[in-house]
Order: sequence, then structure tokens, then C-alpha cells
Amino acid sequence: MIRDVIREGGGLAVDIATLGDGDDLYAAGLTSHATVNLMLGLEEKFDIEFPDRLLRRRTFESIEAISAAVTELLDEKVAA
Amino acid sequence: MSDDAALRAAQAAFRDALIAHGLLIPMGVDGMYGRSGLFEDVIERFLALVARHGGQDGAEVMRFPPAINRADFEGSGYLKSFPQLAGTVHSFMGNDRDHQALIEKLLKKEDWTAGQKATQVVMTPAACYPIYPVLAARGRLPAGGALVDVYSYCFRHEPSIDPARMQLFRQREYVRIGTPEQVMDFRQLWIDRGTAIMTALGVPLHVDVANDPFFGRAGRMLAANQRDQTLKFELLIPITSTDKPTACLSFNYHQDHFGHAWDIHTHDGGTAHTACVGFGVERIALALFKHHGFDVKAWPMAVRDQLGL
Repeated sequence: MIRDVIREGGGLAVDIATLGDGDDLYAAGLTSHATVNLMLGLEEKFDIEFPDRLLRRRTFESIEAISAAVTELLDEKVAA
Repeated sequence: MSDDAALRAAQAAFRDALIAHGLLIPMGVDGMYGRSGLFEDVIERFLALVARHGGQDGAEVMRFPPAINRADFEGSGYLKSFPQLAGTVHSFMGNDRDHQALIEKLLKKEDWTAGQKATQVVMTPAACYPIYPVLAARGRLPAGGALVDVYSYCFRHEPSIDPARMQLFRQREYVRIGTPEQVMDFRQLWIDRGTAIMTALGVPLHVDVANDPFFGRAGRMLAANQRDQTLKFELLIPITSTDKPTACLSFNYHQDHFGHAWDIHTHDGGTAHTACVGFGVERIALALFKHHGFDVKAWPMAVRDQLGL
């Protein structure tokens, strides 16, 4: 699902299918403004809201990092 | 008194002192002032000082009115980042009946602005904005890239009682357009030069990583990105607060943001990167008056020498 959101909103220079979970998305062409679109896309898809502490470049640096942040926010939602 | 209240009081006190000494002329809107001959003289002399440091680099001088083409503004991406600061120029474009309605509303002191329509003119948000489409239209950059000297009034809608946060203010900039290496070398050169220029003017200062005032939640992320990548440095001088010093110079690396937006290419076809050094000339004058006093003749001789006063 994360890959779908990146494909739609990430504006990458390469096909997301060619990237591994740990690959650097910024190196693959993810810009600052595209990161904002990506964040909004993830929030809509997973019905979550990224708090200020996660509004950082490294939160979105790889599929792995995004997955960790999304999992954390979904866990918090269940706990709340 | 809370910190905020103390800061506002210090800002109001400095503004009132500047007005009392005739340096700034109030115009009834926060952040909009006339300037006295002396205030302008200090700025002119500072500009000459900047030119003594940067004037031999061969920059192309471009001067524009304080407004840009709306289509260029829309293409610049400014509204994605700073919608809250933009100033668009609107005019009456109606017929006789619309004119009568306007006058009626004016007489009744009702809102007469609803019928105003957007013109093709937008206030310049930063001095370098008009140059990018000009460079793009010339085709690929030469191997050495480009260097432009710009100076313009700029508008940002952020009314404040702080005299160091004007809505209409001037920026003197050098802008470098070229490869990442060319523009990063340029930025470092100006961090060093800017620090030397201001140190010689006898004001307390430090240079720090900074971020632009991006709008909203998306903006918090853009600001964090900008800081993480150290894209912006500011030279800060305490004016109305030592805790919150004022950015008087900024040293910005835009990466390929403008190169992409305008399709500007280096000689080998790569997307051009850009960087700029900006001097907030009113803020610099205010810093000089703050630290050396309102009587220019009493300023330290070393400072007067630098400015040729």
C-alpha cells in the first residue's frame, strides 16, 4: 500500500517497483514538495495524522522508514 | 510582563524612537514607513560597501520594478510554500454601474473591494524572483554559469509593530546560477564576505542554520527538510531582542528548485542549481542605528570609515 501512495504522489524519477525497501527515496528523485504530497497521501490512505515530531526528512527517506512511522501511528491509534 | 509582551514593548519602543528621530515616517499601517534622507544615505553607503566586496565578480546588473508578471509568479511555486505572504495587485475592471456601486459602498464605508479583479501584476516577494524567467529565455547557461546583481523593494504580508519586520522592504542580492559546485562555492564565499562586512561594521552577530516561514503543516515539514539539509543560513544581529535576533543577511541554496520551475539548464544540459546572498538593507540600517546610536556623527570612526560617512 505504501508503494501505491509513493507511485501516485512521490513524483519519483524511477519506477517504484525497481526500488528496495531500504533504498533512498530522495536519491530516487523525491523532492521536498513531493514529500508533502506523499505525507498527505499516507494520511488519507491509512487515516492517520503525522505529528510534528515525525515531520522530518528521515521519516520519509525509504519505504522501510515510512512503514515504521505508519505502523507506529496505527499502533498508537489502536492504543488510544 | 511575559516574554512576548516584553518583546512587543521593545519593538514598539524602538519603532517610536526611530520615528521620533525622524528616521522612519509612519504611514498608518504596521510595517509600512517612509524613510528619511539620513536613513537612505546609510543604506546607499552600505550598498556601496557591498559593491566594493562583490563588484569585481562580473555580476550582470538587473533592476526591476517591485512587481512581477503574475504568470511568472504562478510558475515560481511561491504559493505552494508561502500563500500567506503573497501580495497580488487587484484593480477595478467594471462598467459605469459597477463604478456607481463602488462609490456608494465607499460613501457608506462598506467593503468596496469585493469587485476588485486580479491584474497581471504581483508584488515581488524576493528580489531574485524576476531574474529566473529572463535567464531561462536565454537558453543554456555558459560554462561558467551566471551571476546576477539585483536590488528591489519586496512585499510580504506580515504586518508587525517590529520596525525590523516591514511589509515593504528592500533586498540587495547576488544570485549565482550554475552547477551545484559553482553555487555552493558562491554561497560559502558570501557567508565569509558577509560576516567580514558586518564584523567591520561593529555589530554583534552570529551565523546560524535557518528556515523560511513555510505555511501550515506541510510548511513544518518543508522547514524541517530545509534545516536538515542546511539549505539556508542567516546572519543574525540582535535589534529588539537578544533572544530573537534579526536575520539581516541570508545565504540560500535553492538546489534545483528554480532550475526545475523555469527549465534553466547548465551548458552540459543538467538542471541548473541556484544560490543567493540577500542583504536586508533596512534591517542592516536599523542594526547600525540600534548599536551605534541615532547620531551618525557619533558612530565609531572605524564604522564611519567603512561607510565613508
